[in-house]
Amino acid sequence: MRAQFVLSEIGVGLRRNLTMTFAVIVSVALSLALAGGSLLAREQVSTMKGYWYDKVQVSIYLCNKNDASSDPNCAKGAVTAQQKKEIKTDLDKLDVVERVYHESADDAYKHYKEQFKDSPLADSLTPDQMQESYRVKLKDPTKYRVLQTAFSGRQGVQEVQDQRSLLENLFNLLNGMNIAALCVMALMLVVALLLIVNTVRVSAFSRRRETGIMRLVGASSFYIQMPFILEAAIAGLIGAGFACVLLIGGKYFLINNWLQEKIVLINFIGWDAVVKVLPLIIAVGVLMPAVAAFFTLRKYLKV
Amino acid sequence: MIRFDNVSKSYPKQNRPALREVSLEIGRGEFVFLVGSSGSGKSTFLRLILREERASHGQVHVLGKDLARLSNWKVPHMRRQLGTVFQDFRLLANKTVGENVAFALEVIGKSRGQIRKTVPEVLDLVGLGGKDDRMPGELSGGEQQRVAIARAFANRPMLLIADEPTGNLDPQTSVGIMKLLDRINRTGTTVVMATHDQQIVDQMRKRVVELEMGRLVRDQSRGVYGYQH
Repeated sequence: MRAQFVLSEIGVGLRRNLTMTFAVIVSVALSLALAGGSLLAREQVSTMKGYWYDKVQVSIYLCNKNDASSDPNCAKGAVTAQQKKEIKTDLDKLDVVERVYHESADDAYKHYKEQFKDSPLADSLTPDQMQESYRVKLKDPTKYRVLQTAFSGRQGVQEVQDQRSLLENLFNLLNGMNIAALCVMALMLVVALLLIVNTVRVSAFSRRRETGIMRLVGASSFYIQMPFILEAAIAGLIGAGFACVLLIGGKYFLINNWLQEKIVLINFIGWDAVVKVLPLIIAVGVLMPAVAAFFTLRKYLKV
Repeated sequence: MIRFDNVSKSYPKQNRPALREVSLEIGRGEFVFLVGSSGSGKSTFLRLILREERASHGQVHVLGKDLARLSNWKVPHMRRQLGTVFQDFRLLANKTVGENVAFALEVIGKSRGQIRKTVPEVLDLVGLGGKDDRMPGELSGGEQQRVAIARAFANRPMLLIADEPTGNLDPQTSVGIMKLLDRINRTGTTVVMATHDQQIVDQMRKRVVELEMGRLVRDQSRGVYGYQH
């Protein structure tokens, strides 16, 4: 195959359908940016969930020796081994409890470092500042109050916390936005596909004389179809490029320069998460139009 | 070269078949006129040879191959051994004469060196030497048809199919085109030409095959156009 010939055919085709090509690029860029955005939002949620989120519903934080002065619940100092044993026995006796995990201060430190590895917060604590805790998985997550009444105020217990109440609202919001983004993306994707199909059809029609001659002199169907498929793939690639720029820009301006400064306590996704999404976007951006073009040509370009 | 065995062709949504039980054989190096009124099945006959259509019944053999058994991806390869010429020339108006001929060679993957050598050669052969850089629009109808013939012949096909190649030309120009086709035929290329041009058929005295309502009604060596037309 003569590359120069194919390239000049593609150039002619793209220029001839400039408006359509532009529409394809924009719709591919938007749909892929939304797809990438929703992937990143999901990544954000899992970053924020931390080690225990999906495993337990309730955390019972035990008093640390440092809490004695700061927290009235722990006025009597750190939790004792005897108290811990009693709490564990009582937890095991409760019907609503399915499973109890014990997290030592060292474990807590380890999990903390893991979750905030990209954040300046990672170095702000030492292991002996971490709290020991019991993490409780409930048979019925809504029965949280049973544990609340049984253990809060007890000797050695600093706080009984419903793990989910903290983040649930935020996650609901993120999930809602995610679903909305996915719906818009699906719609944009349909628009992009229809535009590609139409562009290829118009392109095939406007070159039917050339393709007719190619057919007559015995050009292979691969040779006849390749310029059209590459045309679609190149438009898709440009669109995917714009989508990548949008994502990188979003991460830089929205997260790094704005949200991260406003909300210090949340661990935001890092560049590695963004970089992981980009190849996927480019692959989809190239393949989807190419495949759509291929199937369109089967219908409109008889060989 | 070409063999039709009991070939019928019907198109969907048409009651009358376009071809009915046509059997005939065309040998290597022959020159055959295909005559008959419009709708007699001439075009279908040619389309079957080019494998643009498949026969509904019977077998079509071209260049020793049973076209019914030829898989789709092998069709382009088969067509490279055929040349085709049409009434409407089918040139690309935005390419020069030379580029038009080169295009046919490019799309079947010939090397640039080969193309550079072949294009002036075939243009010389059809009597258009030195006109490589002209646009088709600047040429007369006869010259345009010569370009089309050059393109069809560039790959040195064994078989040349011509569908009313003189249909748009005046009698004098037509004679020139026929001389050219005759010359090509003398190089050993089989020529099958569908035509309405009585004068040409009567002058050339070649084999004449006549179709009527899809049936083969006459096959005559050194024939004339016909009596009733």
